[in-house]
Amino acid sequence: MPAQGDPVGRKEGSALAFVKRYLIPRLIQYFLVIFLGITAVFFIPRMTPNDPVQRTLQEMKARGSYLDPGTMDEIIADLTEMYGLGGSWLDQYFAFWGRLFQGDFGVSFFQFPTRVNVLINIALPWTLGLLLTTTFFSWTLGNIIGGLAGYYARRSWSRVLDTVAMIVRPLPYYIFSFGMLLLLAYVVRWFPVSGGMEIGRTVSFSWEFIKDVLWHSVLPALSLVILGGAVMFQTMKLIVQNVNAENFVQYAKLGGVTESRIVGKYVIRNALLPQITGLALSLGQIFSGALITEIVFSYPGLGTLLYNAIITGDYNLIMGITVFSIFAITTAILIVDLTYPLFDPRVRYN
Amino acid sequence: MKVFKDLFRDYRFALSFCVLVVLLILAGLSFFSPYDPTLWGAVPRDLSPSAKYWLGTDSNGQDVFWQATFAVRNSLIISLIAGLVSRVIAVIVGMVSGYKGGATDRVLMFLGDSLLVIPLFLIMVMLSMLVRQYMNLLVLGLLLSFFGWAWDARLIRSLILSLRERDFTQTAILSGTGTLRMVLNEYMPFAMPLIFSTLINNMSWAIGLEMTLAILGLVNMSIPTLGTMLNWAISYQAILLMRWWWIGTPVVLSIFLFIALYWMSVSISEYLDPRTRIQRVGA
Repeated sequence: MPAQGDPVGRKEGSALAFVKRYLIPRLIQYFLVIFLGITAVFFIPRMTPNDPVQRTLQEMKARGSYLDPGTMDEIIADLTEMYGLGGSWLDQYFAFWGRLFQGDFGVSFFQFPTRVNVLINIALPWTLGLLLTTTFFSWTLGNIIGGLAGYYARRSWSRVLDTVAMIVRPLPYYIFSFGMLLLLAYVVRWFPVSGGMEIGRTVSFSWEFIKDVLWHSVLPALSLVILGGAVMFQTMKLIVQNVNAENFVQYAKLGGVTESRIVGKYVIRNALLPQITGLALSLGQIFSGALITEIVFSYPGLGTLLYNAIITGDYNLIMGITVFSIFAITTAILIVDLTYPLFDPRVRYN
Repeated sequence: MKVFKDLFRDYRFALSFCVLVVLLILAGLSFFSPYDPTLWGAVPRDLSPSAKYWLGTDSNGQDVFWQATFAVRNSLIISLIAGLVSRVIAVIVGMVSGYKGGATDRVLMFLGDSLLVIPLFLIMVMLSMLVRQYMNLLVLGLLLSFFGWAWDARLIRSLILSLRERDFTQTAILSGTGTLRMVLNEYMPFAMPLIFSTLINNMSWAIGLEMTLAILGLVNMSIPTLGTMLNWAISYQAILLMRWWWIGTPVVLSIFLFIALYWMSVSISEYLDPRTRIQRVGA
């Protein structure tokens, strides 16, 4: 152990401690969650008493879809393989993982023989675009407005915003988006009712196309930003009110530090840390919410793909979307978690 | 009684209490309904509200008002099953985890965190697709309860962690109190308010998820709930046909229900937490 004053030794020690205490547990947790989630996905169709293959076929017939015998045989073969129903459970389980590692989710039954991967790839940019922008806006706006409202908790505008958040917050994604749709697309016809762009438009890099896509995304995005922002607003306001009561803020006030500096550098910065953890923890919910919102507005992302899969009984596609989402969300959470030390020096040096 | 009076001073509690009472009366009225909720064609189709049919009738030939009474009742039943069963799981997990600590704690909390992190909605979709043929109020309630305990178990755990450090725990252990008695007699009273306020939140979550699953057609569509009612209205194009009484009823009722449950839980937990109470009085 180098002497206490040695800066190099200390730094190395803390870097190692950081890897050991922070990085490795996070990584272990990441892989364990994926393992658990995928295992659950594997076992869910096996827990039901009836044969999943027959069950899927029944479901397809019950919905009155016509399949010619050749396609039917292919589907049965694919289903048996996808559910990995050959061999013992353990064999099936390993085969299942093997396919996932190759990024192979099998074939969609209703858009036979399109692969599930292809369908997910087509839908993904829409969801990603919607999710990234809305999460960014709801997080930043919610935190800034919430932080100001917490600092100026006695002002009337702060109270009005608080009441609005109290009304919006408890509404589930479906009801809120549906309400927005009814109000802003049917009652006052400001926005398009559904879709991601005008029907028949081809993808191009023209201004017209971009304008159209943005125009169609306004309502779904607005719903997500308001709902997500309300949660951020409320938690941030509460945290800031608590930080506000801390000694160092009172001291800064007495010491004549300008108000903008106190709010920006002292209060909000300190309050932001739990909000980053909060974001990581709620990403799964935000993602589910985005899927549901897409369904309401028939926005052509993963949510609408999921909806079509449910309507047509395309279990393979649902499974593919679920497995993909588990990977995507846990990875996103890991990334947020790994950036956390950038904001919190205590994690870096402790 | 004094507690009640104090709570009523908070306008949010007073409002939410009144709304919930009205909704409960509505649910109770379902027992006096002149129609069988599963029967189609009992009344003429697609009538707008009138003195005879207060909220009009729908395209299945059902009276919207009486259908709504069943819907509120069934949604509340599902959420109560989900809420109560998941409370039991949350209390057991939270208390064992907080009291035992060590490896047990880590495993249980890891399981809970995984549930929080994984996109549950998709797992629920997969599950309900497979059990759709057995779906009824109880199955749906239980399904929801298995997934709704994680966050609340965490809250209860941290409460137990702080209680465990207090002196009375040591006193009780030294005077020979067993673990079970300790948890039930000593810790339970402290945990009760928390359990109650999380119960309300959980019920609201369950109703919301039921509605979402119902919109996707993943529940038994012949049992009227707020979700299935909305699904029928949407699939019969009630929006385009301007049958606002049909589409509006489940939407407005559920909005009132969600807001009332939330306001009640917030006002109760603020009342219980003296720190925020002081802040509210001071603000």
